[in-house]
Amino acid sequence: MTLDRRSFLKLLAAGAGAAGLPMIGNAAEIMPKKGRRVIVIGGGYGGSIAAKYIRMQDKTIEVVLIERNKQYISCPFSNHLLAGYIKDLSSLTIGYDKLAKNHGIKMVYDEVTAIDPAAKTVVTKGGTLSYDKLVVSPGIDFRTEEIEGYDDKTADIMPHAWKAGPQTILLRKQLESMADGGTVILTAPLAPFRCPPGPYERVAMVADYLKKNKPKSKVILLDANPDIVSKPTLFKKGWEMYAGLVEYRPAAKVTGVNTAAMSVTVEGIDEVKGNVINLVPAQRATALVGSAGLIGEDKKWCTVNPTTFESTLHKDVYVIGDSSNAGAMPKSGYSANSEGKICATNIVAAMNGKELIEMSGINTCYSFLSHDEAISVAGIYAVKDGKIVGVPNSGGISKLDYSDAKLEAKYANSWLKNILTEMSS
Amino acid sequence: MSKKWSTLAIALGALAMSSATFAAPSPEMLANACAGCHGTNGGSAGDTMPSLAAQSEAAFVDAMMKFKSGERSSTIMGRLAKGYSDADIKAMAGFFGKQKLHIANQMVDKKKVALGAKLQEKNCSRCHLEEGKEGKDDTPVMAAQWLPYMQIQMELYASGARKMPDKMAEKVKALSKDELDALNHFYAAKK
Ligand SMILES: Cc1cc2nc3c(=O)[nH]c(=O)nc-3n(C[C@H](O)[C@H](O)[C@H](O)COP(=O)(O)OP(=O)(O)OC[C@H]3O[C@@H](n4cnc5c(N)ncnc54)[C@H](O)[C@@H]3O)c2cc1C
Ligand code: HEC
Ligand code: HEC
Repeated sequence: MTLDRRSFLKLLAAGAGAAGLPMIGNAAEIMPKKGRRVIVIGGGYGGSIAAKYIRMQDKTIEVVLIERNKQYISCPFSNHLLAGYIKDLSSLTIGYDKLAKNHGIKMVYDEVTAIDPAAKTVVTKGGTLSYDKLVVSPGIDFRTEEIEGYDDKTADIMPHAWKAGPQTILLRKQLESMADGGTVILTAPLAPFRCPPGPYERVAMVADYLKKNKPKSKVILLDANPDIVSKPTLFKKGWEMYAGLVEYRPAAKVTGVNTAAMSVTVEGIDEVKGNVINLVPAQRATALVGSAGLIGEDKKWCTVNPTTFESTLHKDVYVIGDSSNAGAMPKSGYSANSEGKICATNIVAAMNGKELIEMSGINTCYSFLSHDEAISVAGIYAVKDGKIVGVPNSGGISKLDYSDAKLEAKYANSWLKNILTEMSS
Repeated sequence: MSKKWSTLAIALGALAMSSATFAAPSPEMLANACAGCHGTNGGSAGDTMPSLAAQSEAAFVDAMMKFKSGERSSTIMGRLAKGYSDADIKAMAGFFGKQKLHIANQMVDKKKVALGAKLQEKNCSRCHLEEGKEGKDDTPVMAAQWLPYMQIQMELYASGARKMPDKMAEKVKALSKDELDALNHFYAAKK
């Protein structure tokens, strides 16, 4: 345990989290705590929802939401930019003003540099804040150290585009400037990673762009996994509309990178060259939760009580979204949304001395294959024997004959609208 | 520091192991999970996704049971409904039923609304009571529902992909496409 944390800290020696720890106690309090307070770190798919649903259920609890950015850009539908279905990311960008106003959430736009679970304080660049309960939903960091040759500049040349924003725009620009006949390399890291269907949807989006604009080109997916991680039958069939443009290589884990040569090393096999390379490294919970001692034995994800999402390592700290290990619930925006509500409900119960409530969660992910065709996966989740599992005989994927694909694309557009509206108002 | 961390971690680990008991999922716990698609408290912001707020409890239960059995065709609700017990479904029906009707901010064609008003009286009002504001048994509330959602449903009915009650089919089949669209506009415009 001790060794694990020490090695994790060493790994993150340059990270803000570790560097911030000595600050505890010195920095000034930003807002002195008057009553019961919950702090939420991260205003993404998980955090914004946890903050909102606590306030919806109990207006006597003060909720402070700390987020580094004034605007949030959604990863869901960001692959649409690569295909050219959207011209920019404005339809995927939301702010916090309405959310804060409608629910009386106090916004702090700042970078959290450390969490002290013993002192129950959060340290930001601007000062400290104390809490009664803390919800953490910071998303993911990349395990770039597992790729030889990866450095600070790599993502500027081989974008991951796995956090929506400038990285997504960079990848789109690279596709635009590539000559016809070029090769686009996409990569998928070993599972579990953020958005299991994401890399496979991205194949279709890039292929659609190539088909329409650069038909002599091709897109290769180097997948570290032995097979497509999500909806394999549906994706394979879906890619058929891009026959000749798509090449899928399973069990092709990228272990090294050479930006000068525009190539990646695939474990045990060879160098693969590309004109555009979308390198998505393997992932873990963020450095912040790592340095706060919230990461479990696997050294990657936060271990939580499956019913409440309270950390099993530190009391009164809850981890939701991609950073947590939520058993069978995949790392998706829908899961993070659902977890935010489960966590909020049990925090409100706990703070009012009421009995805690069994969780009931949902995940669904829509993936597009073309501008008007989509497929989906759905699951309902409950706790059994101390673990989050899928409710038997429920959930699953779209009809294999594709008969619903056009209809599902219409519903998917409304899904995005609803989930972003949930987060922003 | 490491020592302090690890002792604390062990103590808490033991704490987490102790078998806690939890109350069964509340109606809110169950229903909140649906809001990612259907909107907070069932008020949909997406025009193809139906609002569930203020839906009649009986019609809600009927729809969910038919999704579950496959009697009502669906793209995704069949897969989802199978994850809930009959009691869960009743609990969610209660939750959505008591929400305020969600008035979607949508454009309707006034002429179509006027035509729909005339047509509904004769063709639909026997079952869709109070101009769609009230549900009865398996008949859902349709007032203020999203127009694109209802247009999709009408197309599914017309193609036979979604089965409609025989008595409703008699009426629907006697009407033209434009007349049916006028009816959709009429119900969408109700508040
Ligand atoms: C290409 C792609 C497509 C996807 N498509 C889908 C989809 O269709 N459906 C779906 O359900 N999911 C999809 N996902 C997955 C989804 O984006 C994530 O699972 C989801 O964002 C996780 O939510 P979160 O709250 O854990 O993290 P995030 O949404 O990333 O939010 C984290 C927030 O915390 C803030 N933050 C982090 N650290 C700090 C700090 N130290 N101080 C202050 N603020 C901080 C960040 O700025 C950010 O706003 C997709 C992902 C990708 C990459
Ligand atoms: C992934 C998005 C999604 C989720 C999650 C979801 N729904 Fe739906 N719902 C739909 C869609 C799409 C339809 C239209 C039918 C179809 O094609 O499945 C629908 C239709 C319905 C209807 C019929 C409405 C009417 O007017 O006839 C009901 C009732 C319903 N959903 C209830 C629920 C409940 C309860 C939950 C949560 C347990 C839920 N839904 C979760 C997408 C979703
Ligand atoms: C005999 C009673 C009856 C009549 C008459 C009737 N309906 Fe219905 N209607 C129903 C029932 C019951 C349902 C739900 C059934 C189902 O599909 O499971 C329904 C569902 C609908 C729906 C789908 C709503 C949703 O939320 O998914 C629409 C749209 C609709 N009716 C329109 C009409 C129109 C327009 C008329 C008149 C032309 C009409 N109905 C006449 C009983 C009736």
